[in-house]
Amino acid sequence: MTFYLLQALNGLAYGMLLFLLAAGLSLIFGLMEVVNLAHGGFYMLGAYLALSAVRWTGSFWIAAIAVPLVLGAVGFLLEWEFLRPLYRRTHLDQILLTFGFAFVFSDLARWWWGADVQSLAPPPGLDRSIPLLGTFFPSYRLFVIALGAAMAGGLWLGLGRTRLGAMVRAGVANREMAQALGIDIGLVFTGVFAFGAALAGLAGVIAAPIQGVFPGVDFETLIVTLIVVVVGGLGTLPGSFWGSLLIGEVDTFGKTLVPQMALVVTYLVMAAVLIVRPTGLFGGRPR
Amino acid sequence: MRGAAALGGTGAGARAAWIAAALGMALLPLAHDRYLIGTLTEVLIFGLFAMSLGLLVGFTGLVSLGHAAFFGTAAYAVGLVSTRVSPALLLTLPAGIAAGTLAALVIGVFALRATGVYFLMLTLAFAQMAYAAAHQWAWLTGGTNGLSGIPRPSIPGVDVGGAVPFYYLVLLAVGTAAILLSRIVASPFGAALVGIRENEPRMRAMGFDTFRLKLGAFVLAGAAAALSGALYAYYNGFVSPDDLYWTRSGEVLVMVLLGGAGTLLGPAVGAGAVLVLQNLVSSLTERWTMILGAAFILVVLVAPRGLAGLMADRWPRPSSPSA
Repeated sequence: MTFYLLQALNGLAYGMLLFLLAAGLSLIFGLMEVVNLAHGGFYMLGAYLALSAVRWTGSFWIAAIAVPLVLGAVGFLLEWEFLRPLYRRTHLDQILLTFGFAFVFSDLARWWWGADVQSLAPPPGLDRSIPLLGTFFPSYRLFVIALGAAMAGGLWLGLGRTRLGAMVRAGVANREMAQALGIDIGLVFTGVFAFGAALAGLAGVIAAPIQGVFPGVDFETLIVTLIVVVVGGLGTLPGSFWGSLLIGEVDTFGKTLVPQMALVVTYLVMAAVLIVRPTGLFGGRPR
Repeated sequence: MRGAAALGGTGAGARAAWIAAALGMALLPLAHDRYLIGTLTEVLIFGLFAMSLGLLVGFTGLVSLGHAAFFGTAAYAVGLVSTRVSPALLLTLPAGIAAGTLAALVIGVFALRATGVYFLMLTLAFAQMAYAAAHQWAWLTGGTNGLSGIPRPSIPGVDVGGAVPFYYLVLLAVGTAAILLSRIVASPFGAALVGIRENEPRMRAMGFDTFRLKLGAFVLAGAAAALSGALYAYYNGFVSPDDLYWTRSGEVLVMVLLGGAGTLLGPAVGAGAVLVLQNLVSSLTERWTMILGAAFILVVLVAPRGLAGLMADRWPRPSSPSA
């Protein structure tokens, strides 16, 4: 029984990481109808930049704050310089553009950080296991769970209770109407895109001590995130949250119970959800 | 789309372009340059691969980010059969095409339930699943090492071991496939696909079973991609998970977009352009992936209709009012 509870906690930690990724991807889609295929690249750059930042400054916490800011700036530039001129064209063009950036980020990381698997030590204070349920559990994973829960709560409050959140929700609901009401929707787009990139970067930093970072992790992560948002429903925050937890648990239990079929289990869940609800658990009508 | 039409439509210009391309492809190996023949073989193989994706992107309006799944599956099937059973062409080629086509049928049934962005994500996800399977099932696929030592196909009475005979085999296969594809595109079925691209709800309202039509196009494109993957396995002698990876799918999509979607010859021209660029660049730098990404970004920003579109803007046809 303890074994299953510990695995459930592991799954929860992984799910919370996925939520940081899925929330950004899903928000960007809900608002701009663009699936950012460079999202995994932001995550990977976040992890690699964290490695370098810890090497330079010696502090995990500085990295955890600075790296998301840097990636937010990258996201800002990408949206401002490249996506913005494409607003008049189809969303497909914008998606293809992010695909091009995924290539560039992927190769850039391989160039700068090499092809080896690298990992990051958890910060001091969170680097040991603590007694839990009669056994021991890594405290860092509890921290990840708490952080994810805090971010989820913060996002929920921020979107639901603040003026800025209301502007974003207005943009999701009806872009033209929001614009007509005097909301600078272009600025909202840029802001949300940069925020999504920063969240993905944060996920990369937080994940580095658990999963390590290596070439190819960008697309591996992108695919899992896409599965999460497809299962949860694109463009919905609750969908991202519950989808993340579901896939986090499914993946964790799949890997421990049926290791040879681990990959297939996640896909089976996705296929099952899509057959029953083609727009995901929380998705509305197809758009 | 005037120039685009000339590169693949039904006009006299298109016919002349096709004939010139066919003649050039048939005669060039007489130059007896091994490097040239190798490059041409590759251009043919990837030209077919790009054409097969062009059928989806340009004609049906289905942008797939997982087209490498069929290419790679077929290459693996050819590799397995020719190293473990027999290198006979009559055995390996059908095995490769069947494997890739079956993969297209299975993935298509799922992915085509979705449209637009969801379709794009599902194709990408399924292709990555195939990649991960090739990685993990090492007992079958050789894992990261892939399958090596794939021989050229054996045909009774004909030796295609040499570069030139093999080139002509590829030319024959790709030429046949290209003619078939152009017939299909010009058929009522092809017209229905274009109808789906332009306005799917209207096609449905007119009584077309658009799901089956799209599935037909998807499976057909998968079969053509499988043929190119099989030829690639013979040519390269080696298959690895990289042939199923998203970069492979992205590469072929660049070829289609660069050449110009909406025609058959456009993607093939794009394939030639990308391969020539790759050959030039790879002797200078290892950063091919980055250059490919930059090409992607440039094409989307500057030339959304591809080279064909650019040429149409640059050199208007004489018959049109001068621009």
